[in-house]
Amino acid sequence: LLAAGPGPGRAGVERERRDALREELLLSPLPTGDVAATFQFRTRWDADLQRGAVSHYRLFPKALGRLVAALGVRELHLALTQGFWRTRYWGQPPLQAPAGAELWVWFQPTVTDVDKAWKELSNILSGIFCASLNFIDSTNTVIPTASFKPLGLANGTDHHLLRYAVLPREVVCTENLTPWKKLLPCGSKAGLAVLLKAERLFHSSYHSQAVHIRPVCRDASCLAVSWELRQTLTVVFDFFSSGQGKKDWSLFKMFSRTLTDTCPLASQSKVYVDISPKNKEKELLEVSPAPTSIHEAIVQGDKKTYAVYDLLSPSLFNTSRSLNVQLKWKRPQDSSEMPIPILHAQRYVAGYGLQTGEICTLIYNTHPYRAFPVILLETVPWYLRLYVHTLTIITKGKENKPSYIHYQPAQDRRRPHLLEMLIQLPANSVTKITIQFERALLKWTEYPPDPNHGFYVGSSVLSALVPSVTAMKDVDVEQSPLFTSLFPSSDGSSYFVRLYTEPLLVNLPTPDFSMPYNVICLTCTVVAVCYGSFYNLLTRTFHVEEPSRGGLAKRLANVIRKFRGVPPL
Amino acid sequence: AAPVQVQLVVPIAVVFGPGSVPADLPRPLPFRDVQEMEISVNLRTSVTSRYEMLYRSTTAQEEAALAAATAREADSALHPLQDATLGSLTMYVVPETSSLLPQGINVYVGKHRSALVRAGRSLAALQAHVRQVTQVMSFTATSIAAALSDRVPDGQLSPDARRYLKSSLGYEITFSLLNPDPKSHTVDWDIEGAVNRYVRPVLDKLSLVANFSVDSQILYYAVLGVTPRYDKESSSFLLSAHSLPHVINPVEARLGSSAASLYPVLNFLLYVPERSHSPLYIQDKDGAPVSTNAFHSPRWGGIMVYNVEAPASPQASLPLHVDVDMARVMEVFLAQLRLLFGLSREELPPEFLLESPGNEGLADWELDHLLWAHTVENIATVSTTLTSLAQLLDKIGNIVIKDDVASEVYRAVASVQSAVAKLAMGHLHSAFQASKEAVTSSEKAFFDPSLLHLLYFPDDQKFAIYIPLFLPMAVPILLSLAKIVRETRQRKKDPTKMD
Repeated sequence: LLAAGPGPGRAGVERERRDALREELLLSPLPTGDVAATFQFRTRWDADLQRGAVSHYRLFPKALGRLVAALGVRELHLALTQGFWRTRYWGQPPLQAPAGAELWVWFQPTVTDVDKAWKELSNILSGIFCASLNFIDSTNTVIPTASFKPLGLANGTDHHLLRYAVLPREVVCTENLTPWKKLLPCGSKAGLAVLLKAERLFHSSYHSQAVHIRPVCRDASCLAVSWELRQTLTVVFDFFSSGQGKKDWSLFKMFSRTLTDTCPLASQSKVYVDISPKNKEKELLEVSPAPTSIHEAIVQGDKKTYAVYDLLSPSLFNTSRSLNVQLKWKRPQDSSEMPIPILHAQRYVAGYGLQTGEICTLIYNTHPYRAFPVILLETVPWYLRLYVHTLTIITKGKENKPSYIHYQPAQDRRRPHLLEMLIQLPANSVTKITIQFERALLKWTEYPPDPNHGFYVGSSVLSALVPSVTAMKDVDVEQSPLFTSLFPSSDGSSYFVRLYTEPLLVNLPTPDFSMPYNVICLTCTVVAVCYGSFYNLLTRTFHVEEPSRGGLAKRLANVIRKFRGVPPL
Repeated sequence: AAPVQVQLVVPIAVVFGPGSVPADLPRPLPFRDVQEMEISVNLRTSVTSRYEMLYRSTTAQEEAALAAATAREADSALHPLQDATLGSLTMYVVPETSSLLPQGINVYVGKHRSALVRAGRSLAALQAHVRQVTQVMSFTATSIAAALSDRVPDGQLSPDARRYLKSSLGYEITFSLLNPDPKSHTVDWDIEGAVNRYVRPVLDKLSLVANFSVDSQILYYAVLGVTPRYDKESSSFLLSAHSLPHVINPVEARLGSSAASLYPVLNFLLYVPERSHSPLYIQDKDGAPVSTNAFHSPRWGGIMVYNVEAPASPQASLPLHVDVDMARVMEVFLAQLRLLFGLSREELPPEFLLESPGNEGLADWELDHLLWAHTVENIATVSTTLTSLAQLLDKIGNIVIKDDVASEVYRAVASVQSAVAKLAMGHLHSAFQASKEAVTSSEKAFFDPSLLHLLYFPDDQKFAIYIPLFLPMAVPILLSLAKIVRETRQRKKDPTKMD
């Protein structure tokens, strides 16, 4: 009987603990002197949301769980971003997102009307996150064929189940952060989320918050499905300019808070600080207090060293009540020796006048000896009419023929242009892609408020498997830090990168919207003045007789006076 | 509000057992009789109820069933013999001396649609009893007035009546476990089992009324909006009744809206107080602790405080593991659910005995009670919706009514007419279905995006645009009018100067 005693109790605990929360903060000094902080909160739930029977939530937020179950979502990725990640200067981000709002969703094969589900989903998400996602409609939704593959478990990749939309005009602010924080099991009351103070987070060069929901393998054998919710938040603080040229920083300086306690629900809670030595110089920087451990990993082709603070380890809070990670540079570092990322890109609008223009994209491959292909996805609104015959791709002075092109022309007021190309980038090269367009005239009701501000064209998306300089070894996804594990790593020799270029701001021929009112005012005034003088003429009685012949008005008046039976003037 | 005239017909069979036939029957059995009752709500809303009574004597089978030892046995034996249609009632009259009913009890209401009534001395006494039972088992003037609470003038309705949930096509029930202090308590609740065991049977029964979906969540660090008062005498914390309205708001923000559906949400919250605030008790208006330690909020849901016993030794390691006693919790929540639906079993004379609904949580006649109220409410809602739609159309002359909106309006009118007709025929179930369809159609028409008021250019703005025309044109006219006035005055003053 004693032996049997703990049995059901243990089973009960096992049953309840089917979900787990891991939280993680990655602090990485950027080459320019800025500091990037990346939060990741991962809730994993060993239950199949799709089966419909699940309705009892613990750590997984109910609002999102119900959404996934009700609308047949297979995978959902939503990012709200303010600012632009400068890949050229900041290096490869762990997670990048385009400026504005980005939403891409894979639906289940059981969903019959994907467009309807997509519309409903974007409306509900806009309610949950207080964002204008309800502006997603057919004019900004595309179905990419190659760029976006499911990141989680998927048995089919029929791209008709995929929808992708970007709203580059979306402004991200506190009202988007609050609902995002509310989805965390500990809210912002304990754990790493304590640092998420809105007034500091939005006082930064770059702010990007995202939600990723996907099904993952429950274990190595992958016989059952678990659902994973990743909430990520990336901020870039500019300390170089505000800190009198010093690159020293601390948690308190960044967030004006320190870590005091852990979230009791988290099964892992860690702070990683990137202390990788640059240019083989040893130990340029110094972190305090002493880290719990040192983690070495190969992240995005680079060997990195991280100082790890495990908030769950009892020794950490024993010595002091709060954790304020500080970083000091031992000697000033000259910023000229910035490493240049292997793949980066740039985009701009060329041309003059309000009739035609040209979109230019420059893609750089700085790898010394390896060529690699990249998939470029361009979504252009219908009011920029692309001329596909003007599409030119030039690398090192020669024409570069893409090995795959998918082009879907726009339909006015119905759908945008979609251009997807697979382009081979030779080693150490710059590829210039240009395409000309004509600006369409919109109907007067179609202009947004403040049309002279210009019209945004969403970022183009570059997806590539970038060859790695150092070989990577396969690691267990469950054990490795969260920031390495969202994108699947294919093999040891290359790593996946998704880059977004700058959004474009294009001026369209804009009518003077006050014109109709001006015209009404002017004509009305003229009519009123004429009316007034005529009225005076017709109603006044003139007494003074002039010897000279009267003008036209007088003769007209005399004619009328004759009709009236009054003696003429 | 738009005029609503409804007649509710309740078919009742009054069955006389052997030895219970009163002496002063006007006619030999069987015979029919009709009684009408007027329920006044307001001037434009009239609800008449019409009880169609059929008096007859028992059949042999019923007689055998009535010979059972207890009322409960008789009730279950009589059930297969009755008219099972919704809304119809059967009263079995037992002799005055019958031992079927306990001492002092004159009326026994069973689990289904029947009641046992002790025969009075006269037919009039019996009829008074029958009327009372009928009202309990179908509807009372108050329950109808509560259903039409939007139309009842303020102050005439008891506050209780306003707590009932509005009729809807569906409801979402959310059980939330609030654990504000996960550092000291790990709370586990077997909500899945409890829902299957206690809530499901009730909802299965209620599925006739509306669609129900049930889910649950656990919210951490969710605190009540009020800091409880420490009471030294009992060394416990107290929440007084007047502070309860402030409790819900901060919690509500965490509950999460039902983004995926439009149905109203019923929230049932189980609050495990922080260690620094336990034990926590709710006080009623007189300062006495509430025995269930729970309270409900009208049309919103209920909250129960679940105190964790302090560990025997203060050195016990934190967090403390708590397994919630779901039977205790669900008992409270189910009682609150009944309250929210207006199915409380209070306010009955002592001579009434109500059979407990048992496992199903709901007797058949209670279901009818809901259906009556909801049908009347739906009809009133449709009438209000369509009237306001008509008012909107009157206000904007150039509004465009699309064909599908028009057909929804026609369908709503047809359905509501059929609902009223079915009610007058005593077909409760089909009347309820028709009224539901009418609500759906009328809401669809009313909330059609093409009928948005703002889509139409208001007339006053059109005038504003032409002000640059009208204003300068008005100046000479006004000036000459002023001149004419001046001249006429001059002329009156000085008539000789006229030429």
